[in-house]
Amino acid sequence: MGCGRVGGKLAAMFDAAGHKVTVLDLDAYSFRRLPPTFSGTALIGNGTDEEMLRKAGIEDASAFIALTQGDNRNVMAAQIAKHIFKVPRVICRIYDPLRKDIYEQLGLESISPTEVFADILFNRLEKI
Amino acid sequence: MKSLYIVIVGGGNIGYYLSKALLNQGHEVLIIERDVRKCERLEDELGSCCMRGDGCETVVLNEAGLSRADVLIATTSQDEDNLVSCQVAKHRFKVPRTIALVNNPSNDVIFRKLGIDATISVTNTILEHVEQEIPAHPLIHLLTMSGHMEEVVELLITKESPAVGKSIGQMKLPQDTTIALIMREGERPKIPSPDAVFKENDRIIALTTLDSEKILEKILLS
Repeated sequence: MGCGRVGGKLAAMFDAAGHKVTVLDLDAYSFRRLPPTFSGTALIGNGTDEEMLRKAGIEDASAFIALTQGDNRNVMAAQIAKHIFKVPRVICRIYDPLRKDIYEQLGLESISPTEVFADILFNRLEKI
Repeated sequence: MKSLYIVIVGGGNIGYYLSKALLNQGHEVLIIERDVRKCERLEDELGSCCMRGDGCETVVLNEAGLSRADVLIATTSQDEDNLVSCQVAKHRFKVPRTIALVNNPSNDVIFRKLGIDATISVTNTILEHVEQEIPAHPLIHLLTMSGHMEEVVELLITKESPAVGKSIGQMKLPQDTTIALIMREGERPKIPSPDAVFKENDRIIALTTLDSEKILEKILLS
């Protein structure tokens, strides 16, 4: 869910590795990020909408990854995937580290790019 | 009446009228609103009861004194924001009661499954009223129990209904469903025993759950 830079790249990587991939985005223009070789499905739609997720084939999915720009949208879609559709593996991007901590405690596998990137920069510069 | 501390996320029309009513009832109210101009307008009208900020952020909610709040009501036009406000309030600040406005009616059930105490869907409320106006509608939602997945519904047994002439015990109803009342023209409503027999034109009041409602409708009315 979310075909931004990360979403588009990840979809291309999984597709190239031979997995079946469906990408959801509200904006058809964002699908330009998918390579011409992409053999998966690109769907325009809202990933926080139960019906849309069903159309995207979430009932058969082995993994769901929420990668939109909105933390709350990701959190909501990821929880629907995990708790309503029982997708076996769900990963959620949450920029806000505090919000990430809360949802981690609630059992939602989450990554905060803010935290990860700050850590990388800190570790690199501290070594100097 | 005990005065409550109520935090409202979103200072739009609903947030505004809600605050006004709750303030008049003597409660302590704080509105959290992102837009600075809306904040100023609210303060001009209602006095100092507005805080500028994002009602999904822990820092903002902490500053709002959420740990002593009795209720949080999320009233923004974005369902995902309402969900997160309520969940952060509940899990980080242990707010006893969280209420979310739901714009997409299918989120009504989803939000309650995700732990929100009560959800209000404007679309569903209007639909329920329309259902009650149309006498032919087979299943009418009368009440949803807050905090539970339970609800009270009314069903009309028609001539075609497979339940006519059968008893409650024969009908193999879902485990979590109880027939609470049978209302019959010219008789006082009665609490039925398992061998009470359904008749045409009976009005049935049943306690059921969101999940079993469809099964109940199928068994009694198909």
